[in-house]
Amino acid sequence: MSFLKKSPWVLHYAATSCNGCDIELLACLTPTYDVERFGIVNTGNPKHADIFLVTGSVNEESRKVVENLYAQMPDPKVVVAIGACALSGGIFRDAYNVYGGIDQVLPVDVYVPGCAARPESIIDGIVQALDILEQRAKARKRQRKIVSQELEAR
Amino acid sequence: MSNTTIVPFGPQHPVLPEPIHLDLELDDERVVRALPSIGYVHRGLELLAERYDFVEMANVAERICGICSFIHGQGYCQGIEQLMGVEIPPRAAYLRTVWAEISRIQSHVLWLGLAADALGYESLFQHSWRIREMMVDIIEETTGGRVIFGVCKVGGIRKDVDDETLRDVRRRIGEIRAAFDEIATIFRDDPTVRQRTVGVGLLSAADAHALGAVGPVLRASGVVHDTRRLGYAAYGELDWEPIVEQDGDCYARCLVRVREVDQSFDLITQCLDRMPAGEVEISVKGKRPKGEAMFRLEQPRGEVCYYISADGKKNLDRFRVRTPTFANIAPLIHMLKGCELADVPVIVLTIDPCVSCNER
Repeated sequence: MSFLKKSPWVLHYAATSCNGCDIELLACLTPTYDVERFGIVNTGNPKHADIFLVTGSVNEESRKVVENLYAQMPDPKVVVAIGACALSGGIFRDAYNVYGGIDQVLPVDVYVPGCAARPESIIDGIVQALDILEQRAKARKRQRKIVSQELEAR
Repeated sequence: MSNTTIVPFGPQHPVLPEPIHLDLELDDERVVRALPSIGYVHRGLELLAERYDFVEMANVAERICGICSFIHGQGYCQGIEQLMGVEIPPRAAYLRTVWAEISRIQSHVLWLGLAADALGYESLFQHSWRIREMMVDIIEETTGGRVIFGVCKVGGIRKDVDDETLRDVRRRIGEIRAAFDEIATIFRDDPTVRQRTVGVGLLSAADAHALGAVGPVLRASGVVHDTRRLGYAAYGELDWEPIVEQDGDCYARCLVRVREVDQSFDLITQCLDRMPAGEVEISVKGKRPKGEAMFRLEQPRGEVCYYISADGKKNLDRFRVRTPTFANIAPLIHMLKGCELADVPVIVLTIDPCVSCNER
């Protein structure tokens, strides 16, 4: 992973999830998978986070929380939807209190399939998210440069 | 009115893996009142019973919650079997018991890890989950899934496990038990754990009974009640006693779970020793459930009730689940009264809240 220059911090929120993907996500942090060796740290604070990991589908109550957390995260940020429910609503797509996938309310960058998503695929999703994060950071840098050059020219 | 402050706790909180919200009314550092609000995980899956075939519905029932997934599937299937008057083969009943106990162990060890994390004991959290992962490996080898087992179906189980695998499971259970004993002594004796939990979040036996507590919360308050005593699946044929602690504090609740893990190892060994040979399922083709049934069983978190009503069609009329976390919220609110703000995460965790079960 030559592009991993920084330690990405992740924020996890179980939107309307059955717990299955959440425990797999926690399993990623523990000795068998141990993503912390790559510098990936789970944080409870949205202001410290680079990657937003959302499990489960979304309903009216959790929509407010998900949107709030997303808004509090600093740019650049990446959203990873984990599990069948976060992708489309999964087995609960017909239930009356489910809007569907997380992409109904947030711009999702990486989709991790599975019911429940396996730790290996979750790690793979985070690694893909890192690539996107890096590109966004570069794009921001470029934009800043253009703005400052224009300001100087004036 | 006195001078109180309201502090919101959750839904997104570092100590909570799941969203539950509490409004804590504080007088200085002391909690005067706690007001829960739920609904973040409500999906409305009970209504899906009216849309899905009653055989397919077992898959939905298993996804009520990812931690006690197997036991929900088992409860649903046994409820339907009771309604249809189907007797499952003994081997299926024994295998169901083995899986139920395996899932109880992984749930309790998972909880012990989260509790250690709430106490600020990070390394103990990591060790608990290391041991849980060994259990998950067994689950994966015998069922194919890590979280959702998908083996329980109406009329038995989907796939038999060969004897060689079962012998291997028996050997590995011994190894895992030895590994668990090491961390169990820390939960029993370590001063870090004791100082944060002894005497915190007291619940007397009378209160526990009056407020309708279930599972480890009830048993930690000295009430002998375990739904497995009803003898469903293979429990009636095994030798065991419910585990009870007298103190009713967070330490007692922790201890009940530690001892229950030990008991579950024992139950699994007993089941594997007595495993009967033969079929693992009987066909329910052409049969339809009709009438009303109520079925209770013991989840890692306590007693869960299933109400099933059907009128001979392929969909159920009504499916209702009463989950242990819902029963334990009223005792939780009682325990939180008068505690200190810093103890709130520990007390909330000791009821082992499973929000997705609770809200379905």
